[in-house]
Amino acid sequence: MSYFAAGGPVIPNFGGGSSSFACERANRLFCTHWLSQNWDSVLWPALRQHVVLTVIAVSIGFVVSTTLAVIAHRRGWVERPVLIITSILYTIPSLALFEILQGVPGFGLSATTAEVALVSYTLLIMFRNTLTGLREVPDEVRDAAAGMGFGPSQTLLRVELPLALPAIIAGVRIATVTVISLATVASLVDNEGLGVPILSAISNNVFKTELISAGVLAVALALLSDALLIRLQRRLTPWSRAS
Amino acid sequence: MPKSHNAPDEGSSSFPQAASLELRDVSKRYPNQKEPAIVELSLEIPAGEVCVLVGPSGSGKTTAMRLINRMIALSSGDILLGGQSVLKRDPTKLRREIGYVIQQIGLFPHQTVAENIATVPKLLGWERDRVNRRVEELLSLIGMDPEEIGPRYPAQLSGGQRQRIGVARALASDPPLMLMDEPFGAIDPITRSRLQDEFLSLQARVRKTVVFVTHDIDEAIKMGDKIAILRQGGKLAQYGPPEEILTDPADDFVAEFVGADRALKRLGLSTLANVDLVAPNGLRPGTNRVALTASVRDALSQLLAGGGEPLTVVDDNDDVVGLATLELLGGVLADGGLHTEEQGAGDRA
Repeated sequence: MSYFAAGGPVIPNFGGGSSSFACERANRLFCTHWLSQNWDSVLWPALRQHVVLTVIAVSIGFVVSTTLAVIAHRRGWVERPVLIITSILYTIPSLALFEILQGVPGFGLSATTAEVALVSYTLLIMFRNTLTGLREVPDEVRDAAAGMGFGPSQTLLRVELPLALPAIIAGVRIATVTVISLATVASLVDNEGLGVPILSAISNNVFKTELISAGVLAVALALLSDALLIRLQRRLTPWSRAS
Repeated sequence: MPKSHNAPDEGSSSFPQAASLELRDVSKRYPNQKEPAIVELSLEIPAGEVCVLVGPSGSGKTTAMRLINRMIALSSGDILLGGQSVLKRDPTKLRREIGYVIQQIGLFPHQTVAENIATVPKLLGWERDRVNRRVEELLSLIGMDPEEIGPRYPAQLSGGQRQRIGVARALASDPPLMLMDEPFGAIDPITRSRLQDEFLSLQARVRKTVVFVTHDIDEAIKMGDKIAILRQGGKLAQYGPPEEILTDPADDFVAEFVGADRALKRLGLSTLANVDLVAPNGLRPGTNRVALTASVRDALSQLLAGGGEPLTVVDDNDDVVGLATLELLGGVLADGGLHTEEQGAGDRA
């Protein structure tokens, strides 16, 4: 499971005519036969790997950025350095970052390299959203919490973080869609995910069926994740729709 | 733990009834400010009384209140709750024993009304059944249907309802002391007046020691058993029952603060039942009637509006108990209203 499907995808050979199907030989826009032949061996494993890549990157990014946001919420001076560093990470072109990271000793062409790069793109978004959410908790709510005998950590866990949830989940949504998109590029350093069939299609005279299949899957995954996160937010914050 | 007043409560409270509160030479200086916020403030508030801190902005009334539950640290002096120094207590534990109501209410928007009210009992580790019983009891106490209002979120309530829930939440653990910072300040006048009346009748039942902050002298007169008037710079100008403050202002500042109409305000404190009415002998009851429970001030107003025709005072059964004439009420006004002329006549109430 960890290594990409043995033998690789069945790549039509346009010139040699090894494929017996006219559609693929002619590299028409979309060949359903290729899809059904390669779903189990190529696309489905790539999709699963893509989901795993994304979930790991967003989860690590979530923990790191939420922790940083909570610290910055308590100690204001932390905000600036974190913003500067995460902004720089966010603006490095993804191809360049993958290239730089795989040159670092111990990284190389590995899942670690891919995940580190993907995580670095989530930090700015989720840090800023979570910090904004925490800061937008009304002063009187915080005052009432303290006045009723909440300690600082109780205020954080029972009042501030719950009230920041809409902003936090909004950050998770953007980060998730961003990672799903960038993870296709990550297959350059880690032979996993929907980037693999995309690259193979490109390197094979732009085999349209494979390119479109993998591309559409990536887009569908992004849309589905976003929809699920919206549902999660509605479930977790029933109060935000009350009025 | 004897419980005398709180009839609707069946053993769900965690604290004894009310506690006395004493501020001893309390001062507050902020590091970056030349002038202190509070200067040697001393107040004794007996258990079960409402003490209103009133004064213009900058008089430190909110600061003084927040010193009590240690939301602000005092610079010198001591505060005793039930005879025990609050400085020796852990601040978060202390605050769980003190009801806290602020003008902006500060209900938790992400929690239902029932969850909001349950906040302090849950912090105190009450069992779920006891918490639920207490929540229902409090919602009933403030005249709300637990089934209907309990599951709502604060955003689904009106301003007046939210303020009532704020008071209920502060009462949840049956605390011996309540701190209320302009609790009815952000509410329209009609609702405010109703909430004030509701709170007074609630207070008559639960008998808390209450520290109530307002900038509105009329509210202070209405709500307070005692009023502490603070002047700029956190100095106590006068401390006493409303009657005393209106009859005998300590100085020009107090006189000006309570207003030139303080004589009329004082009439607002008494009802016709406190006045020796003119016997109806010979005089026929007129059509212009007033209830015995009306304030002298309202009766005077009605009298003047009626061109000075005597009012027929009736009791609950609509029986005529006497007449109120302009002369009579004017006499009451003269007795108590002008402290320059007072010679023992001011103690009629």
